Amino acid sequence: MSTQQARTSPPATVPVRIAMPYQLRTLAKVTGEVVVTVSPPVTLAATLDALESAHAPLVGTVRDRETGARRPMIRIYAAGEDFSDASAETELPEPVVTGREPLRLVGSIAGG
Amino acid sequence: MGGIRVLVGTAKGGFVLSSDHDRTSWEVSEPLFGGWEVYHVNGSAADPDRLYASQSNGWFGQVIQRSDDGGANWEPVGNEFSYDGEPGTHLFYDGSSMPWRFTRVWNLTPSADDPDTVYAGVEDAALFRTTDGGRSWSELPGLRGHETASSWAPGAGGLCLHTVLPHPDDPSQLLAAISAAGVLATDDGGATWQLANQGLRSEFLPEPDVEVGHCVHKLARHPARPDVVYMQKHWDVMRSDDGGRSWHEISGNLPSDFGFTIDVHAHDPDTVYVVPITSDEKHFPPDGRLRVFRSRTGGDQWEPLTDGLPQSNCYVNVLRDAMAVDSLDPCGIYFGTTGGQVYVSSDEGDHWRPIVHDLPRVLSVEVQTLP
Repeated sequence: MSTQQARTSPPATVPVRIAMPYQLRTLAKVTGEVVVTVSPPVTLAATLDALESAHAPLVGTVRDRETGARRPMIRIYAAGEDFSDASAETELPEPVVTGREPLRLVGSIAGG
Repeated sequence: MGGIRVLVGTAKGGFVLSSDHDRTSWEVSEPLFGGWEVYHVNGSAADPDRLYASQSNGWFGQVIQRSDDGGANWEPVGNEFSYDGEPGTHLFYDGSSMPWRFTRVWNLTPSADDPDTVYAGVEDAALFRTTDGGRSWSELPGLRGHETASSWAPGAGGLCLHTVLPHPDDPSQLLAAISAAGVLATDDGGATWQLANQGLRSEFLPEPDVEVGHCVHKLARHPARPDVVYMQKHWDVMRSDDGGRSWHEISGNLPSDFGFTIDVHAHDPDTVYVVPITSDEKHFPPDGRLRVFRSRTGGDQWEPLTDGLPQSNCYVNVLRDAMAVDSLDPCGIYFGTTGGQVYVSSDEGDHWRPIVHDLPRVLSVEVQTLP
């Protein structure tokens, strides 16, 4: 590979920050945000796949194991927008892909 | 000196209550899995340090946790509970049909002789088993494949398989209880199941003594006399003398025969404990008095046990899995309430005191008697 080609090629993987609710952080035994590596294009599905790959106890807690669909009481926000009902192949916005903001997994407000 | 470990599941986490055999001074753990519903925590008789916990909530679904050191450390294990084949349908409350859908694990019952083998009773009602310490779970599909399954309907808590009762001498024999289907029995390790509801009568059914559809709340039996099985039904306290094939009522002089929990003394198969609740519409004790009732005669004749329990203005409930016994002599009896109290009697029920007052709503209580 030439130097010129290396300069223009997209990165092989992108670090993506993910902010999770307390219950998922404790389940994954992490504190604060986690960072997962995703191969572009940085889609919603690829990012959640990377999260589950890095933290196996989270499998089934964000997405239904059988259908792959978002669990009903999980909301997904990115760059101030609601991606909860975005398709799996939706690419995440630039602030998340560049690491300026995290992808936010949020438990919906319901009950105490 | 040996110990007692009380494993408590609550609506907001699990707790381990520890004491020596005097059962007078207790340590209460920090919340385990805080913020999650913990329907059941149970230990292996074959390896008392092997514990399993069912952790779930509506946001994040089901997690199974396992401890190999008596609850000091926990690791999430497998949480994939996939029904075998096409799930089919059961009845909803309004009589319409709805697909079987996994919601949570209600009950974890470890095998008596293998800490890696555990039964899981789940909602919607089915029985799963792991043989690798919880890493993977497989359904025993014969139960949900019973010819009556499409007519099973949920009780108020959902269509839950809440009780798994292995035969103490023959691991191929199991009883399973489902709200609101009734009792099913297998004698081939779960491949095939037979209804075991003869003698049950439920007035909420169009045909009260029909073979299936009864809201059985809890079963218990003594290992020395496994053919005798006690039942707290939605209404009625029942007894079987033939391993569940037929039942007769033993409610006797109870102030109410509605209730959820039932258990048997560790050393006397004829001594049984229940906590009467006012009615299916009033889930609190009659007259605001929290009373455990004990029968020394295998039912029918019951005496109230009140010393140390609140006898006025008490409106808590005691749920189906929230009573257990230790195996010391004299036998210790334990129960938890929806008000967050866990009570202990170290003299077979004669005197009670709270171990802890203010836990979240108690869903389950199990006791390990450690050497």
